[in-house]
Amino acid sequence: MRLPAHCDDGEVSNVLSVVNLEKRYGDTVAVGGISFEVAPKEIVGLLGPNGAGKTTTINMILGVLQPTAGTIQIEGIDTSRQRSQALERTNFAAVYAPLPGNLTVRQNLRFFGMIYGVKPLSERIADLLEQFDLRRFADTKCGVLSSGEQTRVCLAKAMLNRPQLLLLDEPTASLDPATAREIRAKIRDSAQDGTGGVLWTSHNMYEVEDVCDRVLFLSHGKIFLEGDPKRLPSEYGKSSLEELFITVAREPLTIQD
Amino acid sequence: MRWKRALAIVLRQMYLLRASPARVVPLFAWVGIDIVLWGFITKYLNTIVTRGFSFVPTILGAVLLWDFMVRVMQGITTAFFEDVWTRNFLNVFATPLSITEYISGLVLSSVITSSIGLIIMLLLSTGVFGLSFFAYGIVMGAFLLVLFLFGIALGIFAAAVVLRLGPAAEWFIWPIPALLSPFAGVFYPLSTLPAWMRGIAISLPASHVFEGMRAVVASGAASSAELLRGLGLALLYIALAMWFFVKIYSIAVRDGLIARYSAESVT
Repeated sequence: MRLPAHCDDGEVSNVLSVVNLEKRYGDTVAVGGISFEVAPKEIVGLLGPNGAGKTTTINMILGVLQPTAGTIQIEGIDTSRQRSQALERTNFAAVYAPLPGNLTVRQNLRFFGMIYGVKPLSERIADLLEQFDLRRFADTKCGVLSSGEQTRVCLAKAMLNRPQLLLLDEPTASLDPATAREIRAKIRDSAQDGTGGVLWTSHNMYEVEDVCDRVLFLSHGKIFLEGDPKRLPSEYGKSSLEELFITVAREPLTIQD
Repeated sequence: MRWKRALAIVLRQMYLLRASPARVVPLFAWVGIDIVLWGFITKYLNTIVTRGFSFVPTILGAVLLWDFMVRVMQGITTAFFEDVWTRNFLNVFATPLSITEYISGLVLSSVITSSIGLIIMLLLSTGVFGLSFFAYGIVMGAFLLVLFLFGIALGIFAAAVVLRLGPAAEWFIWPIPALLSPFAGVFYPLSTLPAWMRGIAISLPASHVFEGMRAVVASGAASSAELLRGLGLALLYIALAMWFFVKIYSIAVRDGLIARYSAESVT
């Protein structure tokens, strides 16, 4: 597990700092006051059963859902006060947010590249088309691509602005195992070579173990466990991360005890 | 405000127009049909009334101005609907794009699309039916400006309604111009209306334009006070529409509607 990076003055300089983040819908608590950080070069897995609050957390970080309480800072910039500046440093890919199917791959990348202020845009698009094996689809409308190809386009969009904070919500859900492995390697290399961090949700525990430096187990809107995905199972007497996941999802109190 | 972000919205619209005849044809087809239809109606009316009076500047000119305002409004709503139809809100609003930049992009897109409609209408009305804009003088520019601004206000308001109520609310939006037209006095003076309708009519910028237009045809000059009232009202409506859109957007962000827009959770 990587530790948060430090500035010259000794203060921690996290890519993402979430403090006491809470989201309520009336009496229903979707996220119940969670705090966590993502450090530079770190890949953090946000795990939990359906409805645990993972996507709600990601939506709040992306500024499309207003928290009931708490603060979110991206590279020290408060998303509620300086939304645009914070989001310039961020990007995301989610299995439920495909890019418009009536634009070609290149048109979509140009549209979002302009919004993110990417320069030089044409070179960056050419580079990403190459990286994500999309060159032959550059002038194809996204709507006619296979779901795996569309996922690769979403990931290319997510990398357009070389984000300091990359949010990935089940990014490999529709990819075949070979492509998924390739994509995981790309994202891991990108995190190691750059200065950014990644927040990654997945239900594939093999993937999480392979990619993440640290995981946060979310259940009923609370962080139940946090630690190294390779060591956590044995620390809680489980044989695998998947077994630990199932226990957290079904009997969280046994873990708490 | 970064104009490049607003221009991204315009570029997206241009990509869509370029690739789709279904988007290009409505830019000129309906306004063209309107001008041809009303052009022949005015020609016929000219044959049955006192010689010397022409319906062309009052009726055909009014149709042209009204259709221009409707095209401005629809230019904004159609560009907005592209994000509705492709379920693109999450992708768009999770970027650094601000609401002002987004709305500016929609307005710029509408400037282009409504200009195409205006050019077609001008060509048809002057070339085929002899409508001369010299008859209105330079005040024609003021008429177009007020209607352009009012069209923007209506477009922003309509987009906010759909943002709040969900994709099906699109069907509330298309009839808005038809709903306003009896009050706007497009074809008749406001004095024709009953008092309660006149009360509503004077609050609409468009009604001041059409009163002004008829004054130009009748006496050769429009009241500048009337035009200023129209301009002031149009600017006020833009400010109110922007406030309304920002308010609706804030509610959508609070309630999670941006991320789950298609759920149409407002009942």
